[in-house]
Amino acid sequence: MRRILLALVLIAAVLGSFGCVTRGTTCADPGGVIKVGVYGDLSGQTSSFGQSTRNGAQMAADEINAAGGINGRQVQLIHEDDQGEPGKAATVTAKLINQDQVRALIGEVASSNSIAAAPNAQEAKVPMISPSSTNPKVTQVGDYIFRVCFIDPFQGEVMAKFAANTLKAKRAAILFDSNSDYSKGLIQYFKQSFTSLGGQIVAEQAYAQRDRDFSGQLTNIRSASPDVIYVPGYYQEVGVIAKQTKQLGIKAPLLGGDGWDSPQLWDLGGEALNGSFISNHYSVDDPSPVIQDFVKRYKAKYNNVAPDALAALAYDAMMVLADSIKRAGGTECTALRNAIAGTSGFKGITGTISLNAERNAVKPAVVLELQSLKFVYKETIQPDATPGTSPSPAASASPGASASPGTSASPSNTNGPAAGNTSTNTAAGNSNAGGTNTNSTNRSNTNR
Amino acid sequence: MDTFIQQLINGLNVGAIYALIALGYTMVYGILRLINFAHGDIYMVGAFTGYFIALSIGMTGPSWGGLIIVLTGSMIVAALVGMAIERFAYRPVRKYSRMTTLITAIGVSLLIENLFVARFGGQGRAFPQLLQDQTYKLFGNAAISKSQILIFVVSVVLMLLLQWIIYRTKVGTAMRAVSFNLNSAKLMGINTNAIITFTFALGSALAAAGGVLTAQYTPNIDPLMGITTGLKAFVAAVLGGIGNIPGAVLGGLLIGVAETMVVGYGQGIGIASTYRDAVAFAILILVLLLRPAGLLGSTVQEKV
Amino acid sequence: MPSFVKRVLVALLIVLALVAVNAMMSKAGLFGVGVPLYQVDLWKMAGINIILAVSLNLINGFTGQFSIGHVGFMAVGAYTSAYLTVYHTQSIEGQLAGVVGAGAAAAIVFVFVILVGALAAALAGLIVGIPTLRLRGDYLAIATLGFAEIIRILIVNINKVGAATGFRGAVDPWPGRVTIPAYTDFLWIGIFAVITIVVIYNIVNSDTGRALISIREDELAAQAMGVNTTRYKVTAFVISSAFAGIAGALYGHWRLPHPNDFTFVRSFEIIIMIVLGGMGSITGSVLGAIVITFLPELLRQLPGGVYDYRLVIYALLLIIIMITRPQGMLGGREFGFNWLKRAQKAPEGEAAKGAAGVPIAERTDPTADPAKEVENR
Repeated sequence: MRRILLALVLIAAVLGSFGCVTRGTTCADPGGVIKVGVYGDLSGQTSSFGQSTRNGAQMAADEINAAGGINGRQVQLIHEDDQGEPGKAATVTAKLINQDQVRALIGEVASSNSIAAAPNAQEAKVPMISPSSTNPKVTQVGDYIFRVCFIDPFQGEVMAKFAANTLKAKRAAILFDSNSDYSKGLIQYFKQSFTSLGGQIVAEQAYAQRDRDFSGQLTNIRSASPDVIYVPGYYQEVGVIAKQTKQLGIKAPLLGGDGWDSPQLWDLGGEALNGSFISNHYSVDDPSPVIQDFVKRYKAKYNNVAPDALAALAYDAMMVLADSIKRAGGTECTALRNAIAGTSGFKGITGTISLNAERNAVKPAVVLELQSLKFVYKETIQPDATPGTSPSPAASASPGASASPGTSASPSNTNGPAAGNTSTNTAAGNSNAGGTNTNSTNRSNTNR
Repeated sequence: MDTFIQQLINGLNVGAIYALIALGYTMVYGILRLINFAHGDIYMVGAFTGYFIALSIGMTGPSWGGLIIVLTGSMIVAALVGMAIERFAYRPVRKYSRMTTLITAIGVSLLIENLFVARFGGQGRAFPQLLQDQTYKLFGNAAISKSQILIFVVSVVLMLLLQWIIYRTKVGTAMRAVSFNLNSAKLMGINTNAIITFTFALGSALAAAGGVLTAQYTPNIDPLMGITTGLKAFVAAVLGGIGNIPGAVLGGLLIGVAETMVVGYGQGIGIASTYRDAVAFAILILVLLLRPAGLLGSTVQEKV
Repeated sequence: MPSFVKRVLVALLIVLALVAVNAMMSKAGLFGVGVPLYQVDLWKMAGINIILAVSLNLINGFTGQFSIGHVGFMAVGAYTSAYLTVYHTQSIEGQLAGVVGAGAAAAIVFVFVILVGALAAALAGLIVGIPTLRLRGDYLAIATLGFAEIIRILIVNINKVGAATGFRGAVDPWPGRVTIPAYTDFLWIGIFAVITIVVIYNIVNSDTGRALISIREDELAAQAMGVNTTRYKVTAFVISSAFAGIAGALYGHWRLPHPNDFTFVRSFEIIIMIVLGGMGSITGSVLGAIVITFLPELLRQLPGGVYDYRLVIYALLLIIIMITRPQGMLGGREFGFNWLKRAQKAPEGEAAKGAAGVPIAERTDPTADPAKEVENR
């Protein structure tokens, strides 16, 4: 008898813990403070990404609030940690959407995590803006998913063109991270583009995230004697790969993507990274006043740490969101979604942001060379013009921006031991069918 | 040929680290019949301690003195951590069932990992360069770097030292006695608790050396680095015959070489390099089925 | 009242209760009232964990075998069923929908893929079980762990199921559904959780169950008494794997399966559930599954400075519980079963006291000692 009572009490307790809520339409704007969920990897292996994203978004929100909020309403960011795991990303977004009732989401960096979380946002009709997930599949999840960065087909193509046209490489080896959508996407487009430009892929090797030893793969790559090695992974592995490449006496330069962009990279790879090239969203040493002002504010707020591209993109994502809320007149879900989708010509830190029909930003990419623990600007590559959505290159042209800051007085690009490509108007640029005018945007020609 | 030699060097290098960690698993198992799942994390603690020692003594450039300080320092700290874990987590549950001790070991492992993640963040840190790296050409394309040589030399020295401790010293004799039969050892007047603690200290110090050496070779350290490496080292210990010290070394080297060879030559026969992690387990299962006590382990007749 | 009628009534009651709870957990809610959707997610996860824990308990708790590779069979179930759903069932579902309506068609197809997933997992269990169950104690544990990792790495290398990036739907060159449909709602999980509990309970209280428990208590003695130990162990292993496959299939049609969801760390989590609940206690496993699902999420509510340390607290709690209450919350006793089924009393007290309490270190022979964990049963 006692047990029956105990069982009943337990069941009552369990049911009580359910804490029922009344279901209503969550789409309407509740008014008051605008809650925005920011999720990312704050404690996992790529936590440098998550922390930059958090800082960038928070800085944007603080600036918005200091300036009186959006239409007089304050913004409150709620940060959650997904430990860099796709499953956790889904759980924390469910929490943010259902428990915290956020009106919009900002995140993730890693495409795999964004893809895992996006269905939650789509189902609940909570717009989600990924600041820096570049895999095309992210926004294909649904019409409530957006991004403010370029996508992998473009990024992979940029590097392939740079390798084939600027570095005159004929034989490329590939070393990719088999765990990430990002890395797999990039090699796919790199391969397509590089082979169509007459190059040859001589070796393709994979590693898994968290691997520490790459000597087996690199030894194989060495025996294929490539001209360049494309390593579109994340910085933790790349730093070690660069070191081991040198230990094995491989001379071919490494090529990479925006996943390399972290101050950690230099600590890990050091001088072994010299002579590598990456594609990226923006360059911190860009002389344009918009960027320099941003860098100054960011450094003042966060202990003198310079903002990486992820912080800048998160800042832009928050600003695009704020701008859209303003235009939508609130956070009613369809209105907000339509307002974000209608973003066009938004002047962000990382360039002019216009969203196309696939909800992707159409933006130029920069190629940077790694020299003496610094990213040095090489060239800017414009995206192919997509009818109606891409910003007119001429509109934002600012020829003066190409001056190199500090490092040299020369007005054009100063760097580049790879001779014949110090000019910003490179073969790569001109061959780009969509009008790759490498000297066109107000923030493009930079020198780190 | 030079590619093969190169892959062999690469494999032995990885294997030497596995062997160093496997020794700790095997010693603890030999004495307590406990799979110390936290041992992989001690390896991580060793690497982190090395990192902080290097920072605190202000190592700016590579130096042999610094290297020795970092190596011995982290071995000492890891030994203390190992002793603390034994004292405060394992000793209270030693008398309970095996499942309980296993869960406690998993708990300790989670505790160390999460504590480091919470305290230092989950991202990788760059281990400072303790050694002016240099690559020596052997022949053809085959080359060996200074940090690889360091791994070989230090691990061989440590293994010989361990062999000496176990077979030539009084405490080593006591360890063997405890491992043979804990109760009888106690009756013979051996302070078994002290011996068990000493075993943990020894195993942890070796793992820490492995941590520093790996960090020196591939300078990316993070709080979760011990999980996979620890598991593989554990597999190595079982492969060689758990409880058997030369077996752990053999198992470690075998797994290291097998893994690298899969990466090196797997593609030619249709095995992608991503099968690397499966190889260790496949070998393990084969050995367990054909020779359950491991390569060098002795089969114990079941008592009725 | 005939016990048959009573059973039917109880079953009906359970189904009704599940339907009501499911309605509360749905997006629309029951009469507009529902559970917060974040908690719904957790309850669904708890349900899946209950299936996993209760089924693993059959091997680890009742048969005394030491498996730490349960998650491998879950992965087999998840990927097999999701593979079928993505590449093969779309046209059948379409045809069925014309006959019985879309909802029923989806349900029929879902039951079918779950069963195939369970079958595949059972087959994997058989393949793994026959050779490895000859091994004892820790060696068995290591072998199961190895097999689970191999299964995971195989999945990582199959491009058609998304390889290392996770299975979300048809992979490029192959035609199929773009995303795995989210069939699984709380009702499905609840029904299968109840089925798992009932089936395992009945096995444990049958002749087979006695044989399994005799193996746990003393394998040699059981063998001497004429129990075909290998056959019983393999049977238990296969049944347990099949349920893990069901849990996997449910998971696969809810969260998109990813190889990282099936690492050995997840296996540990299931073991923690059954040890925490009490080895050899079905209700204990249920309780353990719920606690382990909710605890980390509850710790998420901790304030700022402590938030970062939530997982440290989780690990500390685990160690402290093991030190202070090694037999788990229920310690092999069942909870509340008398209420459901008065006739059969679970053996308690003096009966079959396990050999726990003997220091492990005092056992001289590592191989002759399969884990005997249950404190009190």
